[in-house]
Amino acid sequence: MTAAPEQVDVLGVAREQVLEGGVGLSEEQVLDVLRLPDDRIPELLELAHQVRMRWCGPEVEVEGIVSLKTGGCPEDCHFCSQSGQFPSPVRSAWLDIPGLVRAARQTADTGATEFCIVAAVRGPDKRLLSQVRDGIKAIRDDGNDIQIACSLGMLTQEQVDELVAMGVHRYNHNLETARSHFPNVVTTHSWEERWETLRMVRAAGMEVCCGGIIGMGETLAQRAEFAVQLASLEPDEVPLNFLIPNPGTPYEDYPVVEGPDALRVVGAFRLALPRTILRFAGGREVTLGDLGAKQGMLGGVNAIIVGNYLTNLGRPAQDDLDMLRDLSMPIKELGKAL
Amino acid sequence: MTATGQAVYCGYCGQGLDGSDHAACARRLGVVDPPRFCAACARRMVVQVTPAGWTATCSRHGALDSAR
Repeated sequence: MTAAPEQVDVLGVAREQVLEGGVGLSEEQVLDVLRLPDDRIPELLELAHQVRMRWCGPEVEVEGIVSLKTGGCPEDCHFCSQSGQFPSPVRSAWLDIPGLVRAARQTADTGATEFCIVAAVRGPDKRLLSQVRDGIKAIRDDGNDIQIACSLGMLTQEQVDELVAMGVHRYNHNLETARSHFPNVVTTHSWEERWETLRMVRAAGMEVCCGGIIGMGETLAQRAEFAVQLASLEPDEVPLNFLIPNPGTPYEDYPVVEGPDALRVVGAFRLALPRTILRFAGGREVTLGDLGAKQGMLGGVNAIIVGNYLTNLGRPAQDDLDMLRDLSMPIKELGKAL
Repeated sequence: MTATGQAVYCGYCGQGLDGSDHAACARRLGVVDPPRFCAACARRMVVQVTPAGWTATCSRHGALDSAR
């Protein structure tokens, strides 16, 4: 009779592989982390924090975002209250240039180094790009040198080049979820189309921001799949959102991700992406609350969106800034890379 | 012009305040949502969320903002 194989402890392996070696976890390893029992979450978060400190450093990147064009989107992303295909209460709206300048100023006043201009579109048309160009110029004319990011959907090569010429520093385009789950979330375009935009963005020299939303009916295996697919993209930044079930969307009755599950995701994504900016984004207020936000920041997260989101409200920016001060986490200065 | 009038409808779901429980709506409004429906007439409002606040405009009753 042979002895049963010894159980390999994934956190022990991660300590060697990720913390010491800087090599992210495999899909199977990420899944093992996502299956850790609750009583091992503190150990996971402590390790994830060590990985973040070792490979990213102590600084936190603070960002604000604003919706330039809200609602009326032709796509059917099932989580999104801005899709024109769902009976959501969100009405279409355009933010004017003075409003955009004010939003950028509000963001810079928090000490943030990044301001992301977002539009609910399949991809930008001439009008939208013109508004973005005028908006960026107006922000600069206002004396605001904050880095500008954009999130305008899928791009053509010509549009990528235009954004580079405007001085856009980083482009956000989320893959949202695992490739195997994407057709359950969006039917009007494919995961591959999104990937193609990201490829062009990277090739053009813009930083790549690409993450997704946890809690859209994906399995734990698909969360692990998503983490390693993101890792293979080698993004500069991964925003981590947790689903806010919005009225009128197909996911309006989905349960909010439970706190322990959210913390396992935070730790697992850090161990899969040891060198990437991992940003707390939408839904953390609902999923984790104030205490959980602090646990996440001490569990591998090294960036945060402060203030409100696109259509939902966030914590007051000052609460997050106070939290960072309490945690003795310095905010990244403008012009400095993490 | 500012939104005025007695609150008859729920700003979150747009349903009447009489006879139904809107505690869950109030929680959403307190944490993650700006008002979406005019409390006076239940019209969907045009809402703009910015990093530090929001405005919600009813075509009949005017605008509310987060500073109130």
